[in-house]
Amino acid sequence: MAGTRMSDLAPPTTGMATRIGNWLMVLVVVAILAVSFRGAHIQDLHMLVDKSANTGNYLQAYLTPNFTDWKRYAAAMWETLQIAVWGTFLSIILAVPISFLCSRNIAPAWVVQPMRGFIALLRAFPDIVLGTAFLVAVGPGPLAGVLALTINNTGTLAKLFSEAVESIEAAPVEGVRATGGSRLQEIVWGVIPQVGPLWTSFALYRFESNARSATVLGLIGAGGIGQLLFDNLNGYDYASVSAIALIIVVAVTLIDILSQQIRKRLL
Amino acid sequence: MAAALVEVKSISKTFTRKAKAAGGSTIHKALDAVSFTMERPERIALIGPSGSGKSTLLRSISGLHTIDKGQGTVAVFGRTVQSNGRLAGDVRGIRADMGLIAQQFNLVGRLSLFTNVALGFLGKIAGVRGLLGLWSGEEKQKVMAALDHVGVAAMAGQRANTLSGGQQQRGAIARAIVQGARIVLADEPVASLDPVTARKVMKLLVDLNERDQVGVIVTLHQVDYAKTYCDRILALKDGRIVYDGPAAELDEGTLKEIYGAEIEDAYWGDDNAR
Ligand SMILES: Nc1ncnc2c1ncn2[C@@H]1O[C@H](COP(=O)(O)OP(=O)(O)O)[C@@H](O)[C@H]1O
Ligand SMILES: [Mg+2]
Repeated sequence: MAGTRMSDLAPPTTGMATRIGNWLMVLVVVAILAVSFRGAHIQDLHMLVDKSANTGNYLQAYLTPNFTDWKRYAAAMWETLQIAVWGTFLSIILAVPISFLCSRNIAPAWVVQPMRGFIALLRAFPDIVLGTAFLVAVGPGPLAGVLALTINNTGTLAKLFSEAVESIEAAPVEGVRATGGSRLQEIVWGVIPQVGPLWTSFALYRFESNARSATVLGLIGAGGIGQLLFDNLNGYDYASVSAIALIIVVAVTLIDILSQQIRKRLL
Repeated sequence: MAAALVEVKSISKTFTRKAKAAGGSTIHKALDAVSFTMERPERIALIGPSGSGKSTLLRSISGLHTIDKGQGTVAVFGRTVQSNGRLAGDVRGIRADMGLIAQQFNLVGRLSLFTNVALGFLGKIAGVRGLLGLWSGEEKQKVMAALDHVGVAAMAGQRANTLSGGQQQRGAIARAIVQGARIVLADEPVASLDPVTARKVMKLLVDLNERDQVGVIVTLHQVDYAKTYCDRILALKDGRIVYDGPAAELDEGTLKEIYGAEIEDAYWGDDNAR
């Protein structure tokens, strides 16, 4: 600024309070690590060496995967992916309107606050807990998995979507408002084009993660490859378990790569 | 006599800013009892140092800001836009008669220039058609004619964020034309443009005023542009009107008073502007 004398200019300094705060933060982190050392049984780390003979036997079976039943495994993997597809799709449908109600630049504060609490609640329940609840509600099988994924993902996606909505450029939206457009038209023409690519990217990212979750949900009886894995584990059939695990790894990796490629192109 | 195009009566606007350090807040009066009237389609330049309240005044006229409670009112074509700190219920209908052009980011970047201009119809079409962008053949022709008039018809299919600043501003003018706006409010429409492009854009605004009898209120950073392209000047300083009169009669002395030490900045526009 003109008129300011050079001697007035002092570089910014970090205040005492901030520095003490930073040190406290470090102390807290160290304290947490120390306290949880015993709780997490880190002291048992030597077992890894002591039990190496056991591990060897186990690995032996893994090194000779048994693919005779591969058609059944592939079908189950496909079922798991279908669970992930529908879980993701339904949660997108729900998350879009909810995310607007969670965005400060769209909805009034008295709507935003409770809605944010609501989606935090959706995220708070682990997939497994929701899955168990839906097993009771709709019976064992893929639908329970779909519904569990939907609930959990709606919470996460609504949060990610609304963060994108809150960081949009205001001027184009005002441009739409200034033509006499309605609130809904402002959203359709001013907001959605701005967040579209980011939303798609988030949705794909969640699909990747859902493909993994859907596998785990199978363990509790929600169908798909997870269930098959669980059954074979219980029968100590490690050669089949190994084959199933390989199929899961390949499928999940393929989805990751594919979705990453699409996301890269979007942004 | 017909109602005035724009009637601004004693409006004030106070901003409350959260002050971090004190934990409290500071208040700032951006507009202080501002009044003016546009009786016939004129070209009014709003000038004044940065922070003097030019944008706030324009935004208050289009109802993007609500003014302070009190006796202030804004009316356009005799219809109240806002009064006593409240927007009128039919503000959407009034907005449809006003075109707004901002300094930048007027257009939605990922939509095509064509779609951006077609959004000018939103105030007039209802329901699904407006939400899905189902423009009629006649509407499409109007969009293309407007784009052709401002000289960017060739770029109709291009995404707005791939266009130059000048092309985007022309797009915003085309949208105002499509809207059938009878008043255009432009907030520093040429501030980020090179002089040649800036003059083309200003000429389009002049043309809109003379050909279509559209009232134009334009905030400008450069006094040269204001004197060249407008017939009336409104000068703001610290939220008050300090000059309101013919562009030709604004003299050096008054300008010094308005801009103070910043007077040099007010002339960065080029000499060829005239
Ligand atoms: N949304 C806002 N919140 C707080 N203060 C604002 C806001 N908009 C403008 N102001 C303040 O009001 C004053 C006038 O701003 P503005 O109308 O943008 O000035 P100009 O367009 O003449 O440069 C400035 O001091 C600015 O900091
Ligand atoms: Mg401004």
